[in-house]
Amino acid sequence: MFLRTTLVALLGLFAGAAFALDDPQTPLTDPMQSGMWDYHQKGLLGDPADIRFDDRVVLRAPASAEDSLNVPLLVDATAIPDVKRIVISADYGPIPHILTYYPEQADAKLSLRFKIDQATAIRASVETHSGTWHVGSIYIDAAGGGCTAASHAYASDDWEEKLGEVHGRLWSATGRARLIVDHPMDTGLADGIPVFIIQDLSLQRDDGTQLARLELAEPVNEDPAFTFYFAKGALPASVKVVGRDNNGNRIRGVLSEGELN
Amino acid sequence: MLTRRTTLGLLASLPLAPRAFAQARLSYDLVAKPLADGIWMVEGATDYFSMQNGGAIVNITLIKGDTGLILIDTGSSRRYGEALVTLARSLDLRGISTVVNTHHHPDHFFGNQVFAGTPIFALGETRQAALTEGEGFADNMYRILGDWMRGTEVVPPTDVIAGGDLRLDGRDFLALPLGGHTVADLALLDRRTGTLIAGDLVFHDRAPTTPSADLPRWQNALDALDAQNPALILPGHGPADPTGASITQTRDYLHWLDTTLRDGARSGLDMVELMDSPLPERFAAMGAQPQEYQRSVTHLFPAVELEELPRGN
Ligand SMILES: [Zn+2]
Repeated sequence: MFLRTTLVALLGLFAGAAFALDDPQTPLTDPMQSGMWDYHQKGLLGDPADIRFDDRVVLRAPASAEDSLNVPLLVDATAIPDVKRIVISADYGPIPHILTYYPEQADAKLSLRFKIDQATAIRASVETHSGTWHVGSIYIDAAGGGCTAASHAYASDDWEEKLGEVHGRLWSATGRARLIVDHPMDTGLADGIPVFIIQDLSLQRDDGTQLARLELAEPVNEDPAFTFYFAKGALPASVKVVGRDNNGNRIRGVLSEGELN
Repeated sequence: MLTRRTTLGLLASLPLAPRAFAQARLSYDLVAKPLADGIWMVEGATDYFSMQNGGAIVNITLIKGDTGLILIDTGSSRRYGEALVTLARSLDLRGISTVVNTHHHPDHFFGNQVFAGTPIFALGETRQAALTEGEGFADNMYRILGDWMRGTEVVPPTDVIAGGDLRLDGRDFLALPLGGHTVADLALLDRRTGTLIAGDLVFHDRAPTTPSADLPRWQNALDALDAQNPALILPGHGPADPTGASITQTRDYLHWLDTTLRDGARSGLDMVELMDSPLPERFAAMGAQPQEYQRSVTHLFPAVELEELPRGN
């Protein structure tokens, strides 16, 4: 708690004082007025020149986080043509970057869950292949503590056996792929528990071509869960799940339109 | 070290708090409605916890015993417990002789500290859950209710009871040790009047809450309550029910909730998509909707989808 408060205070100072002298090259008017956006525009996105807030990037989430360890979020940037990647982040919290999504052959739309540390603006910054950025926002209220709590996995004895377990399925008619991977996703902020997270996760065709790809950071929830969206009928009969965590554990699975339990 | 609660307590008392609340007199206007021979109910609001209602969302039952009043559940805060003491003295000068907690949710036992020295009965697992989860609930209640919670400490029940025939302060009850709303939910049937004090196993025109729920177990508990053919049901939330409609309604809602979550999982939906789906009219009209449904999606969906979706390795 104390560490977190200190970090936030420091970030606040940086945003307010040090960086005021060093505005982004394209200053924006933040519709959320969070006081932190300038800082992330530079630090997280690399201070792009061609950037704007854009209502076509739609974020959906509950107004208040019932469970700070499992906050659902749906990002829909399908109204933006030619999307290369979507950077999803929280303005306030010890680790702002949540994940980066490369839709590749999927729609620019993703459902996910993440850990929230306090009430904050959440952003989806969409970069197109031509290098323009479009940013959408939503505000989520929260009790806090999501990032500094130890994962539930440590409360059970069999977590190592379940590590990397994949659940999921394809729905070709509606173009959906659902994927859940068993993993503690430890942020490294709980006392004595080092960072232990999935870093890369992708859906691939049998021949290894990328269908959709994710780079995950610490705030992604324990047992990450995603819905990917494709054009109707565009999904192959089966899709490979390929991933890796920061301890070198490989994640391997196959999704298909199989029997439901 | 600064705990979250002290921080929030400080925050809540800062002049930054909305002026209307900062200046309002934080007191509960509790009314005891006589419902049967020697039984009164204090009926809570059917909303979620808010600064407006001060957390007074729960039903409290007062029952005449040989030496005073038997109090079933103690409300959401120390201040609420104190209001109950005052109210009880207006009904019976001898005040409260015995206290029971139906389960370990904060709106049902956070008034306990006012009754130090009086036995506070509950099921064993309720006492255990109050010990392990009470402080976490307190953090959340301080965050939502701020100054209403001032001075509230978590006091778990003191005396463990089992099921079966039970005499409290000279009055005979059948104790039903059930569960499903939480790990342990106690319902009491008053032998003299046939009144069932159902705790949160039964909600009435107010959406059931599920942060600790086990839906199949809860359905079994409803069957067990129904089998008692009570003359009058006092639900944990919502108006008293002489017809049994509250049990039917709770059962119907829980069944619909489970089916909706499972169908969602089997269609590849994520939580936001489920939260945004419209409620059937009969459930949309309940108190605290659609917020309570949306909270239930958060509580229940992650486990449901692991059950429904096939393994991929
Ligand atoms: Zn309850």
